[in-house]
Amino acid sequence: MNATTSNTMKRRILKVCIVTLITVGAGISQGFAAKKDYLPPERVPEPENNKTTPERVELGKSLFFDPRLSGSNWISCGTCHNPALAWSDSLPTAIGVDMKVLGRSTPTILNVAYNKHQFWDGRSGTLEHQATGPIQADGEMAQDMPSLTRELVNIKGYLPLFEKAYPGEGISEETIGKAIAAFERTVVSNYNTPFDRWLRGDESAISAAAKRGFELFDGKARCNLCHMGHNFQDDGFHNIGLPNNTDDGRYAIKKVKVLKGAFKTPTLRNITKTAPYMHNGVYSTLEDVIKHYDKGGIAKANLSPTMKPLNLTASETQDLEQFLFTLDEEAKEFPLPVLPN
Amino acid sequence: MTRNVISCLMFLILTVAAFQASAIDYTVKQLDKAFVMDGKRIGKFEVKLGDIIHFENQDPWFHNIFSLSDTKTFDLGSYPKGESRAVTFDKAGKIEIECAIHPGMFMEVDVK
Repeated sequence: MNATTSNTMKRRILKVCIVTLITVGAGISQGFAAKKDYLPPERVPEPENNKTTPERVELGKSLFFDPRLSGSNWISCGTCHNPALAWSDSLPTAIGVDMKVLGRSTPTILNVAYNKHQFWDGRSGTLEHQATGPIQADGEMAQDMPSLTRELVNIKGYLPLFEKAYPGEGISEETIGKAIAAFERTVVSNYNTPFDRWLRGDESAISAAAKRGFELFDGKARCNLCHMGHNFQDDGFHNIGLPNNTDDGRYAIKKVKVLKGAFKTPTLRNITKTAPYMHNGVYSTLEDVIKHYDKGGIAKANLSPTMKPLNLTASETQDLEQFLFTLDEEAKEFPLPVLPN
Repeated sequence: MTRNVISCLMFLILTVAAFQASAIDYTVKQLDKAFVMDGKRIGKFEVKLGDIIHFENQDPWFHNIFSLSDTKTFDLGSYPKGESRAVTFDKAGKIEIECAIHPGMFMEVDVK
């Protein structure tokens, strides 16, 4: 081998090394960037006027599970947002006062602390405001607030709880809402699902199929255009073309055409435990849901332009489903409070 | 009489031309679900009558910029990354602007 040939070989080897390094480096940085977007937040947000304290959480927990907050005295917040059912009710749509079937499903309250807009149509901007909505809604708990505050004043055990939680503020719609919101801010992910452990570097935490599913989620299947970030939602509203939907959704709040039939993007955490799916509970299984997106939606009226056919193969559908399974929180018992008398 | 009419017309044409010539075009980007101008998130912005703002989507998802303000209502519809829609601010007052899809995006334009 002469000197010229040797130099040429060296240059080729160097070139191959550089290309390999760039390719591997780009792969790592691209993967890392995608995974980084799903890392948990540093803290649970809380408003200045309702900082979370143990006393506020204790009061809020009692109020949340107290059926005396309803007009009939037999429905509590926890009746629909049942901790034994992943803070939902396993029904297609909720059941309210007098066993009346309502038009929308019960969303889990897991991670509502991170939502910028509450309810399926986003009509509340704060948890404090949201908390007293279902109490007063005619079809839900059907309780007027002046009657409720009088009722709670007459339950002796509540007065010291309110005084400890909100000294000098008394029992009012405002303090009831604040206390329930403080409790709800404690119902958050522990970020220890198989997916979260994989994010932290445990390669064995999820299967190869689930990893392929995550790539699809972040790529071909386009799920991440709405289900983004640690809570897998975008604080956004979309008409995803559901069958049998006659509900205007967000349009009732904001009269903008794109919002007709649009609903808030829900979290995907604990997704296997919160079936049936969608605001109208139209799908029973995750496979049904993936098929819906694969078709680019069913009802085409005012369909979000984000919705497009995905052309997923059968194995890609399974991989996607396997990924969604990794978002399940570990099941744990939840102790109910002893209510004041 | 004819000369007076012509003079008036000329004055009007010149006034409109001067008004149009002084109008400024601004670009407000939609980036990371925020309104961004010159690399910074923007909450309030002042423009002069006749100025134009181009709302340019730089996010990988759709945005739908609109206003339902008393001063001016508009709905730019949904548009993807790389596309832009323009609004001419032709009436003085404060105009609240949002994205319908992502209501966390909000800015106020004060037209002077």
